[in-house]
Amino acid sequence: MPDPLSIHDLTVAYHSRPVLWDISVDVPAGQLVAIVGPNGAGKSTLIKAVMDLVPRASGRVLIFGKPYKQNRRRVGYVPQRESVDWDFPVNALDVVTMGLYGKIGWCWPVTRKHRKTAMDALARVGIAHLAHRQISHLSGGQQQRTFLARALAQDADLYLMDEPFAAVDAATERVIVQVLTELKDAGKTILVIHHDLQTVAEYFDHVILLNMRIVAVGPTQTTFTQENLQKTYGGKLTLLDQATEAMRRAERSR
Amino acid sequence: MSRSQERSATKIAIAALFVLLTLMVTSQSARAGESSSITDRSVDWPTWEQWRRVLLVEDYNTRLVLAGTTLLGFAAGAVGSFTLLRKRSLMGDALSHATLPGIGLAFVLATLTGGDGKSLAVLLAGATLSALCGLAVILVIRNATRIKEDAALGIVLSVFFGAGVAVLGVAQQMRTGHAAGLEGFIYGKTASMVPLDAQLIGLAAAVVTIGCLLLFKEFKLLCFDESFAASRGYPVVALDVALMVLVVAVMIIGLQAVGLILMIALMVVPACAARFWTERMAVMTIAAAGIGAASCFAGAAMSALLPRLPSGAMIVVVATIVFVLSMLFAPARGLIARAVRRMRLESKVRRQHLLRAMYERLEARGTPPRPDQRDESLPVPFDELLPVRSWTAKELRSCIRRAERQELLRLASDDSVRLSPAGCREAIKDVHHHRLWELYLIKYADVAPSQVDRDADAIEHVLDAGMIAELESLVQEQVARRRIAPSPHDLADPEQSA
Repeated sequence: MPDPLSIHDLTVAYHSRPVLWDISVDVPAGQLVAIVGPNGAGKSTLIKAVMDLVPRASGRVLIFGKPYKQNRRRVGYVPQRESVDWDFPVNALDVVTMGLYGKIGWCWPVTRKHRKTAMDALARVGIAHLAHRQISHLSGGQQQRTFLARALAQDADLYLMDEPFAAVDAATERVIVQVLTELKDAGKTILVIHHDLQTVAEYFDHVILLNMRIVAVGPTQTTFTQENLQKTYGGKLTLLDQATEAMRRAERSR
Repeated sequence: MSRSQERSATKIAIAALFVLLTLMVTSQSARAGESSSITDRSVDWPTWEQWRRVLLVEDYNTRLVLAGTTLLGFAAGAVGSFTLLRKRSLMGDALSHATLPGIGLAFVLATLTGGDGKSLAVLLAGATLSALCGLAVILVIRNATRIKEDAALGIVLSVFFGAGVAVLGVAQQMRTGHAAGLEGFIYGKTASMVPLDAQLIGLAAAVVTIGCLLLFKEFKLLCFDESFAASRGYPVVALDVALMVLVVAVMIIGLQAVGLILMIALMVVPACAARFWTERMAVMTIAAAGIGAASCFAGAAMSALLPRLPSGAMIVVVATIVFVLSMLFAPARGLIARAVRRMRLESKVRRQHLLRAMYERLEARGTPPRPDQRDESLPVPFDELLPVRSWTAKELRSCIRRAERQELLRLASDDSVRLSPAGCREAIKDVHHHRLWELYLIKYADVAPSQVDRDADAIEHVLDAGMIAELESLVQEQVARRRIAPSPHDLADPEQSA
């Protein structure tokens, strides 16, 4: 069986500014994988490039052996919580139902059956009682759980999550960890952008250390070392920065 | 609704009110003059007969015009709620202004080729093409250069409108054809509508409404979470274009009734008004469509009664009245409801400050009130309370009066304050919460004890029962449940807690 996610030689230029260089990584099935790196390391960009949300300069991404376009249904996405306006006139159930729109199909209305599926997803993250609450009246943690439920409703095989643990309360963190474990036990593969170095070893089996290029990748025990972290976070990559800046200037003067 | 959208809607509202005032003044002064020359701008008050004919839609012609315009308002409200939530409201304004050169050119070309320059179909075809050109220019400027979207909208709006005015000027100089009346598209004029036009408008509005219904789910996802939509494989650009096509369609059919300058109001104002009343998108879209339809009906009816009033202005005035009423009186999001909520919170905060000050003064003397107190507490002189916080004597007195009305305390004749038994219990609760929060901040947030009072102050008034229970369990080692811990900072110096 092909790997859930296989990235080969991926380079991404965001607004003509390369943010990822020569990324090559294969993610094995049934693993909980953390993507770790400093701000501006291109973590979100990596996830977005996998889903064709940002244009690639080069490289090839395969999801279960096929391009993303053909295997979209098998990928669940949890965007950053800050990426949307939460003062939007919908309730939590509506947001979760959005995860099912692909199944419902163009122009067809949402039926009771779909609402039931969405409700089950909300129950899995423990906020079924808040289903009819307008989303701006949810706490940050509850909003994050709503996003997670939306991805769960879709029942994918590979999940890509952008900072699901960012600024959530302790109860939400416990719920998310529990859901991640359940998913893993069901044989799903989960990629999580994670910012809390304290909990990486505790929560994740596999880690990708990223800072514009892959610094290290492998099982957490052997890869998440002081030395590798030093390489990821410490030391300015002067030459890489200069190259990036030069590309940007070249683009501007053109 | 974001701040900027609220602001633009308010601006439109003010502009529309201004139009109404001007109309009232001119009609008054004109009637006083009793002149009847060609330049006479007077508004003849309709007779009862005319009122009845319009209100009961007896005229076939009036009936068609009203029905067409009402459908237009319905479609505009529905589409407007999508553009509002997509934060693209002003795009519609730029596109409506971009229709003008198309109208002028269509007239010129049709006249030169010997056709009927005033045919609505020809003019609207020109308007559509020119609006689509405007859309293309906006997209090219935004995507190919470093110019941001707001500037691109400004460029297209002003340049196209300017070009349109110039083309109309040329059209009026032409020997053949008769260009008078083309300006009707700028301010809107239902009077010039013939039954065929009304049918065309009604049909197009119905198509737009069906489009909104079919794509409701997709537009909702697009407006809420664009990147999630893209990740699910929705063609975001195509959806945006589809939305803009609906906008242009509404714009085009609205040109005749509302006019291109005010068309944007018909898309923004009903949607903004509807947003005040609901937290559900489907309800908001229907409400916006309803408000749009009602405004258009009322505005077009007024224009039918008073043919000299531009219908566009009347429609916008009606919509604006609905908007202002919604902004003020909507139950949850309205300004008045919000102000009342804020005042309640402020008053609660002041009362809690007063009670805590009372408690701490009594505590400093070694006689803190007890929860099982059956009679009034010992007195605290007014002059002793005044320096505790940064309140003026007047503020403190009004706060005391309010607490007196709630029977929490009593101001005695010797200008000293005594807590009632209920006030004692309330004060003990407030101090308990305050100190819990202070201890939490010191222990878990590394706040310096001298700073903690101020930080605790800001938060403690909004703690709910669940948070208090959590706080209690967190700082339990220091506080036995239901007993008040000593203040973690010096209370003798009132400056510190001020």
